[in-house]
Amino acid sequence: MLHIVNKSPFERPSLDACLRSAQSNDAVIFIEDGIIAATQGTVLSDKVENMLSSFKVYALKADVDARGLSNKVIEGIEVINYGQFVELVVENGTPISWL
Amino acid sequence: MAEDEDADADADARYDDEDSYGDIKKFIYINRKAPHGTVYALESLEVVLIAAAFDQDVSLVFMDDGVYQLKKNMDTNELEVKNFSKTYRALEMYDIDKLYVERESMEQRGLSIDDFIVDVTVLNSNELAKLISEQDVALSF
Repeated sequence: MLHIVNKSPFERPSLDACLRSAQSNDAVIFIEDGIIAATQGTVLSDKVENMLSSFKVYALKADVDARGLSNKVIEGIEVINYGQFVELVVENGTPISWL
Repeated sequence: MAEDEDADADADARYDDEDSYGDIKKFIYINRKAPHGTVYALESLEVVLIAAAFDQDVSLVFMDDGVYQLKKNMDTNELEVKNFSKTYRALEMYDIDKLYVERESMEQRGLSIDDFIVDVTVLNSNELAKLISEQDVALSF
């Protein structure tokens, strides 16, 4: 299953809802303001780093770059482009969005 | 009569500076949202630029996810949205040079003043509360 998180974890608790529902080896992709969760040095970085032990975690490049956070992505989170995002959907089936 | 002359002089004095009628108000714009995911950051900046034309006393505050609005090195090419970063640098041309970042918000997000595209004054929550209490008008985005 592919989970899509598009809001900042500081703005709303959608990431928490996602994590309660995600199963081992699911894929989670951060897009839009959601990429904020994927950055180093925040009070939430440890929690997000821990996700890597259970899930494949991705961040959408266009959104990371637009916010000037390209060099702050947590190591282990794969930064992908729109084409690769489409492939993720093809591989995982209909995604679930946590707005 | 002498009294009328004084009253006239007062009335004239008020209009000596033809750009400002009456008192200057203190405006504070509070920015709390990350850029691009919603339109608040851009809209707020546009309102600030409009208000700049009226020569009021303007302060800008960036707190919570609003601190991301000032991040250096934004590249919005692939997203194809407006990169309004450099507009923050143009603010001083409009005499808007009081930009504040809340320390707690900055630190919780792992950012420092080196990450920002303009010079800012960092305030802690208490200092920010005091600043807000001194304002006449507060606009929150």
